[in-house]
Amino acid sequence: MKPAAQSRLPLYAFVVFTFVMWALPAEAHLNTTGMGPFYDGLMHFLMSPEDIVPVLALALLAGLRGANYARRALFTLPIAWLLGGLAGLTAMAAKPHPFVAAFWFLLLGGLLAADAKVSLRMTTALAALLGLYHGYLNGIGLGQFDTAAIALLGLVFAIFALIAIAAAFVVRLQAHWARIAVRVAGSWIAASGLLMLGWAVRTR
Amino acid sequence: MNKLRPLNPLFRTMALTGFVFLCAQAAFAHPQKGEAVGFLTGFRHPISGLDHVLAMVAVGLWGAQLGAPAIWVLPVAFPMVMAFGGMLGLMGVPLPGTEYGIALSAILLGAAVLFEARPPLGVAAALVGVFAIFHGHAHGTELPPGQSALLYSMGFVIATGCLHALGIGIGTVHRWGWGQKLLRLAGGLVVVGGAFFMWKAVA
Repeated sequence: MKPAAQSRLPLYAFVVFTFVMWALPAEAHLNTTGMGPFYDGLMHFLMSPEDIVPVLALALLAGLRGANYARRALFTLPIAWLLGGLAGLTAMAAKPHPFVAAFWFLLLGGLLAADAKVSLRMTTALAALLGLYHGYLNGIGLGQFDTAAIALLGLVFAIFALIAIAAAFVVRLQAHWARIAVRVAGSWIAASGLLMLGWAVRTR
Repeated sequence: MNKLRPLNPLFRTMALTGFVFLCAQAAFAHPQKGEAVGFLTGFRHPISGLDHVLAMVAVGLWGAQLGAPAIWVLPVAFPMVMAFGGMLGLMGVPLPGTEYGIALSAILLGAAVLFEARPPLGVAAALVGVFAIFHGHAHGTELPPGQSALLYSMGFVIATGCLHALGIGIGTVHRWGWGQKLLRLAGGLVVVGGAFFMWKAVA
């Protein structure tokens, strides 16, 4: 007799597939969601791969290292992002540098792929730097809106949730192949960083 | 007799998640035009050329034949080195004989599967890495302008990884006697395909 969970898999797949097929185009930008600045900020993060991927890489890296690292990243990164964002709100203007974006992909993806034994202090420093830099850029981008500070809170909330989910998922992984799969994801992120570096040089 | 074990819940969840991601529609969310298109263009690029597909699937097949740790070292090495080659191509650094290198990669990787070659891991990784540069360089020089660099790159790398995963998935038949013969036959077909592309490159 088949286990109950296994026999329900086709049903789950069908339901998910139906929902996916019915999906409407996402509307992420601050003037289009109509749900208020908090959710505008939240959606802004979720629709920004240049922000999500480094955060995800850091969460996976911290998760691979263990629960202590994951907890440290969980609180350090959102706080640093918030501080950077608040600083960015008061700044005049700045442009994200493509080399820096590629650098973050390469660094975090490379560390993840190598399953690098980074110290807790180093993980904290990486989380703080990543948060300050990206938060600052986000803050500048949100600065033209009156409700930017609330949008920033929504954005930070999304970061907190993403780290919590991704790191918790990895911390509980015991199977060797599952941890390898996480490292493969890191190699993909690093490889994307290399290509982005090439693009940045080409378009300079 | 070997019996297939039921998939564990984590693997089922991951498979379902992967399925959902592959089925997701393009989200046209940001004002920068071409972002969603950029991902799809990047994703389609590695699978649009049979010469690339043959070599990348062969990497997965060979990894599956060799078993751990090659089964994950080779698919990790290939995208990383391929991206390095892509970066060189984007920067305009010339690499002579790219088409020959790509065709030769299919011939040699197919031959490795055909004869179930078992060199030391370093040699296998080096062989895969060297040829990955040719594949990456060819992709790098062909990238269309006006796409989102980030999403194009991600789509490009993910598609490459999926081709390796396809090869590894096919390679799981290696556990059976008939599967081992089937894999060697597949390796032979890759060699034939590589020879065809070499003939085209030379002609």
